[in-house]
Amino acid sequence: MGSFAPAAPEEILRPAKPWFVLLSIAVGLLLNLVPVGEPILSYRPDFLAIVLLYWCIQEPRFVGVGTAWMVGLVMDVGDATVFGQHALAYAVLAYGAEFFRRRVLRFPLWQQAVQVAVLLVFCALLVLLVRFVGGAALPKWSYLLSPLVGALLWPLASVLLQTPQRPSRSR
Amino acid sequence: MRPIPVDTPAFFNRGPSPLARLAFFGILSVALLFADTRYRYLENVRQAVAIVLYPVERALELPGAAFAFIADYFGSKRRLADENAMLRQELVARAPATQGYARVQEENARLRALLDVRAQYAATAIAVQVLYTSRDPFTQKVFVDKGASAGVQAGAGVIDATGVVGQVTRVLPYMSEVTLITDRDQAVPVQVERSGARSVLFGNGTGRSPELRFTSPTADIRVGDRLVTSGLDRTYPAGLAVAEIVDVIRDTGQMFARIVCKPLAGIDHSEFLLVLSQSSAMPPRPEEANDTDAAKKSTRRARRVIP
Repeated sequence: MGSFAPAAPEEILRPAKPWFVLLSIAVGLLLNLVPVGEPILSYRPDFLAIVLLYWCIQEPRFVGVGTAWMVGLVMDVGDATVFGQHALAYAVLAYGAEFFRRRVLRFPLWQQAVQVAVLLVFCALLVLLVRFVGGAALPKWSYLLSPLVGALLWPLASVLLQTPQRPSRSR
Repeated sequence: MRPIPVDTPAFFNRGPSPLARLAFFGILSVALLFADTRYRYLENVRQAVAIVLYPVERALELPGAAFAFIADYFGSKRRLADENAMLRQELVARAPATQGYARVQEENARLRALLDVRAQYAATAIAVQVLYTSRDPFTQKVFVDKGASAGVQAGAGVIDATGVVGQVTRVLPYMSEVTLITDRDQAVPVQVERSGARSVLFGNGTGRSPELRFTSPTADIRVGDRLVTSGLDRTYPAGLAVAEIVDVIRDTGQMFARIVCKPLAGIDHSEFLLVLSQSSAMPPRPEEANDTDAAKKSTRRARRVIP
């Protein structure tokens, strides 16, 4: 399937439809809310963070720090954790994307994934700091595996999310 | 040649810079974090959003539940028969205790009536099923399928077939959150079954064993001792199995012994739990100020009488 390959840097993507952006954020939220058991739980990536990061890089005019923050609040309630924890993490993620945005898309997908991994791990450490200051116990080491799994999913997520924006080839 | 003016107006107005926005939302987040952890101001907001999210969460469980149902349906007949036989055996094994229980309870009631002691707790319980474990990797919590609508109260103790599991910490309309005894600083007042020594069991967080803290190195506690609830907190009725002592480290340089325990209940795999209703019959606290006044008066009067 040729159409499933990632877009080449010279390929100009059409602007994303707002409903598609919102739908993908909703799907990311739902994927985060799916109840799973313990062994999978510690490796499960934060789908919502990946989706937000993608849109912050591709459509910075539409999805930015504010949107990410509000989505984070919804996630905080869904997770029954401390209010503001995901909100802060996603806002920082969106700000990081603002820096990444101009150069990250020039790289091949797997190299993008490495840069995304750095950002996701940084956010995980920020959440760790916030919770630790709040008096929570330290989680297991596998806590840091979840953002790495998220980075591995980056190529797949970007290809899926950019598919509707690719120009249709006229033959 | 005229220099180019530095403060050129922005071609496209994009609102505040990302850094300004980050600062604004960052400060807002920290304020929320503070308000939530320190003062719990936001419980009402949480309840409201939780009600909206509830049907979504239940719907998300459906695929997993359907899979489990199908797996169960095609489960081997042999396994079910075995399980049935085992349950029957267990029922018979417990029969003496159950049959004796009614007599003991009656006797107990009569003795209480003689001594004019109030019943310590109403023995009502609500059976619940675990929906899922909390997604938060920092805490040890599970969500169960009954909430305020079924009469679950915050603070109630939760047990399974083999021992104490935890305590209800948040009640939503249709489900409640149970904090497990392994959660950090979750405390259960306990008593050593063999010697009667009292202590408090503290959880130590994910992946670490709970410990008895603030226990003297000379306390009568040995490896293999069973801990039961002491009932002093009026959350858990006395005598429920809690944990077993795994290791006792007595270091003469330390003020307290380090006592590592292993929970007896299936903390992380029990599916069916029992929420014990809160002890209702707490005796009223004596009004201290008035009492001491009365006592003083009476002693004064007594003194006056004596000479």
